[in-house]
Formats: sequence, structure tokens, C-alpha cells
Amino acid sequence: MKSAVITFPGSNCDRDAFDALQKISSKVQRIWHTESTLDNDLDLIIIPGGFSFGDYLRSGAMASISPVINEVSRLVNKGVRVLGICNGFQILTEAKLLPGVLLRNEKMKFICRELYLRVENVDTDFANKYKAREIIKIPIAHMDGNFFAPNDTLKMIEDENLVAFRYVDEFGNVSNESNPNGSILNIAGVYNHKKNVLGMMPHPERAIDINTGSEDGLKMFESLNNLF
Amino acid sequence: MKVRIYIALKKAVLDTQGKAIEGVLVKNLGHSQISNVRQGKFVDLEIADNNPDNVKKIIDEICDKLLVNKIIEDYSFEIINN
Repeated sequence: MKSAVITFPGSNCDRDAFDALQKISSKVQRIWHTESTLDNDLDLIIIPGGFSFGDYLRSGAMASISPVINEVSRLVNKGVRVLGICNGFQILTEAKLLPGVLLRNEKMKFICRELYLRVENVDTDFANKYKAREIIKIPIAHMDGNFFAPNDTLKMIEDENLVAFRYVDEFGNVSNESNPNGSILNIAGVYNHKKNVLGMMPHPERAIDINTGSEDGLKMFESLNNLF
Repeated sequence: MKVRIYIALKKAVLDTQGKAIEGVLVKNLGHSQISNVRQGKFVDLEIADNNPDNVKKIIDEICDKLLVNKIIEDYSFEIINN
């Protein structure tokens, strides 16, 4: 598998994403945001977490019009897989490559902790190694993770089965208590229409080693590697 | 032309900052007559063009492409002086 990790000024999870990809023996390129060409034979692009452009204006807004994002859009149309984690998710919604938007957390607090997710769709390139409705433990660390979409967009998301993960309790129940940030319908991650783009607020790349709390994120990278 | 662009969350979108400000105004400062606090932002800029139609076109374009996320925000602008 051939991957690329894009770094913006203010990205801070690019190294973790790089390590996760190396762990599954992918070849990895590190790409600076001013690049205006990406290799056509990439299998996966990761837009990592962090605080691109200082979160000025709106989280992800400025990065979404960086030169490299034009290339990401071009490759998305060709079917290349793109994973946006945390700030990467915000960038992809701002770039209109994913539906919805991430608002400030409901309680106005930066939240950094482990929590539970339910895998809502395992019939995708990103989640084929998970069991249906598997409960996984993955950390979050964000200020603007409150997923929102207008009703017609939400209906489309549900009708097309685009919800990737929901925030749940350890038994898999969707509830207000298990919702850390106010996300509508407890949505923690969504796919695009073709399901080759995934955005999620939780950090799978921080859950690849049991020594740091969980290795439940590793299966996502193994799912992607499973295709080759 | 000097322009001020106002950007605010749409009414239907939860404004957590406005809500927090309202809580403090009402509870801490005791202004129980205050409600519906919303916080927005403005962007000042100068455009080297004195044709209002051209200016409107530029503002609409930059709001559409960067300054405003139309899923959640509305904007308006005023020309400050010529």
C-alpha cells in the first residue's frame, strides 16, 4: 500500500499517522500543504489532526483551500481513499468532501479522553476488519467536534448508511451520557457518498498499541491494508 | 473602499458562546431581563475598487469560498466609507 500524510502549519498528529502506517508496512510519503501535485498511484491519503492555521476563522477553513486540497479532491474523484482525523475531518467538511460541519463542543470545553464507539458500517474499505456493531475504545481530543448537519443532509446520511461510528457507552448504547460533545445523533464519523472518504473526530492512530491504552484503532489501518 | 463583513451562526444553530455569555450576564451580573444572546464576528477589509457592484461581487465570492460556512452561518456587509 502506498500512502501519504499531509502536513499543514499547525498539524500535530502527522507523526502519529505516519507511525500507524509504518506499523502496517505501508510506504508513506510526507507531503507539505503547498504541494500542487500528488502521485496518481496513492492508495490512501491521511489528513491528520492538529490545529491547522491556528484554527483561525473556523477550524479547518483555511486549510480547506490549500493547494494540496485541490489534488486531494482530484484523487477522491478517482476513488483514492482519504481519511481525515479530528482537524482532518474538519478540513474535509470545509472542503465539501464530506457532509455536515463540526461546531464548538456543546459544553464549550476541550475534551481529551478515551471513549467508546460503535462501528456502524463494516462493509467499507476502512472498517472491513471490524465485527458488525463492534464496540471499540478510541481517544478523542478536540474543542470543535460537535457534528451538525441540516435535516435533509442528515436524512441522506442515514438513508445511504454513511454513519461510520457513533459515540456509545461501553455496552454499545447510544445515549446523551455517551455523547461527549453534543454531536447530532451521536455521530463520531461519516463517509462520503462513495465511501472512499472517511472523517472522524476520534483518533485511531493513537490507539494502535495496547501499551498506550488501546489497539482498537489498528484494525482500521489493517482494513485498508487488507485491500492489497 | 472600506468594508465590514458581519458573520453569525444561523438562528437554528446552537451558539454555545452566546449561551455561555447569556448565562454569565443573567446569573453573575444579575441582568435577568437579558435573553437571546448571540455572538458573531466581523472582518474589516479594504478593496481597491470603488464600484459597489464589483465590491459586492468580491465579497460574495470570498464569503462563499472562505469566510463563511453557509451550512451554519449567515453574513451581511456594510461599506464603511469611500
